[in-house]
Amino acid sequence: MSELLKNIIRFAAFILVQVFILNKIPPLHGFISPYLYFLYILLLPFSMSRISLVFVGFLFGLTLDYFTKTPGLHAASCSLIAYLRPFLINVLVTHEGMGYNYTEPAPSSMGWTPYIVYVLVLSFIHNAYLVFLEWLQFGNFWYFLGKVFSTTGISFLLIMITETLFYRKQKFRTNT
Amino acid sequence: MRNIFLFIRRYFNFVFFVIIQIVALSMLFKYNRFHEAAFMGVAGEFTGRISEKYNKVEYYFQLKKTNEALVNENAHLRNLLKQDFLPSDSTQKIVIDSIRIDSLERFRRYLYMPAKVVNNSVTSQTNYITISRGLKQGVQKDMTVVSSEGIVGTVINVSNNMATVMSLLNRQSRVSSSLKKTGETGTVEWDGNDPQVLTLRNIPKSARVNIGDTVVSGINSSYPPGQAVGYVTAVEAEKSSNFYSLSLKPATNFFNIQFVYVVKNLQKEEQDALEKATHKQDLQ
Repeated sequence: MSELLKNIIRFAAFILVQVFILNKIPPLHGFISPYLYFLYILLLPFSMSRISLVFVGFLFGLTLDYFTKTPGLHAASCSLIAYLRPFLINVLVTHEGMGYNYTEPAPSSMGWTPYIVYVLVLSFIHNAYLVFLEWLQFGNFWYFLGKVFSTTGISFLLIMITETLFYRKQKFRTNT
Repeated sequence: MRNIFLFIRRYFNFVFFVIIQIVALSMLFKYNRFHEAAFMGVAGEFTGRISEKYNKVEYYFQLKKTNEALVNENAHLRNLLKQDFLPSDSTQKIVIDSIRIDSLERFRRYLYMPAKVVNNSVTSQTNYITISRGLKQGVQKDMTVVSSEGIVGTVINVSNNMATVMSLLNRQSRVSSSLKKTGETGTVEWDGNDPQVLTLRNIPKSARVNIGDTVVSGINSSYPPGQAVGYVTAVEAEKSSNFYSLSLKPATNFFNIQFVYVVKNLQKEEQDALEKATHKQDLQ
């Protein structure tokens, strides 16, 4: 299966899972909503240019927004993490030529520890920005803080469950 | 000049990112105020279709409850039938007034149009309902939506075959309502926490309120007056003001709503035009 086709199928699958399964769950303790959809952005191939990353992030967020009737909310936070993603990968991945040898970020291509840091940092940024935009419209500071941390925890848990359920074996590619 | 171009070329990634952010945020803030966004009509049609497919499965599991609600409504309507009532004294002659009553088309004020709910949420803080009836079937923006049990919300977006409704369970929803027994008028809001609890504000402390009282839509709301909004579950006196803040249980069960009625106010244009003209006169 080509990379493009795989990512198009993932696009639809993540949107449908988020809209029709996770968004139907009543918020835990009144305010924690489970977010998994932005894993799509974390899994985009290494080889994508920065511009196309931001653009895909915007498009992906906007698609979800049209389902939840909040145009711009998820699009803003998705394009933010898509923009920050290359910086983080550069910091976390130290060995040479990594981006050429593997296609996409995964525990098997990055190693578990860098991958967990990668997921934690980006999901924290995503949730903080998302809840911040919501907070501008209503809520108080403790609500904001509590929601950011608890939502990040739930997102991290969901991503790790997904990662172990659908284990992605990354092949080491060489030029020879 | 050349330096500016060089600067833009060097930081093109960042500039592009900032532009995308500005587009997203302006969409968000514009939508929060006016409920309008680019491509919302087309996207609503598309997401509505997908939700319709999903609802076909979901609907099956709620058939029993939907059936019960419809039977209750039928019973209620049957109890209103004219032939079920007898005059108390049969020796008197019944005089039928020659004034045309409102069953005639010309005096009708509200027209009810049934619609199927295809998507519904209760878990977010801004909940919307999608119904499969749109512009082509006579739904317009700002029409109100009621269910067999009570009021539901207001139409905020319409496409050709779909419409989205802002439900009572939305932080931006405000409904003018009054106590059924004594008639004091206040505003019903939702605080975004518990979908089982609405809040009714601005009821003066002089009002007599008991737990279990019915709250109905008021005469200055856009809903047909007298539709159930909720039932009082707790009475709390605001310490710093002269008003009560009442907790209500919504009359409509938003968890398994499947059929609603879109209400068209046939005199709305006339009323709006008159009120606008009066307001203009005031300003002069």
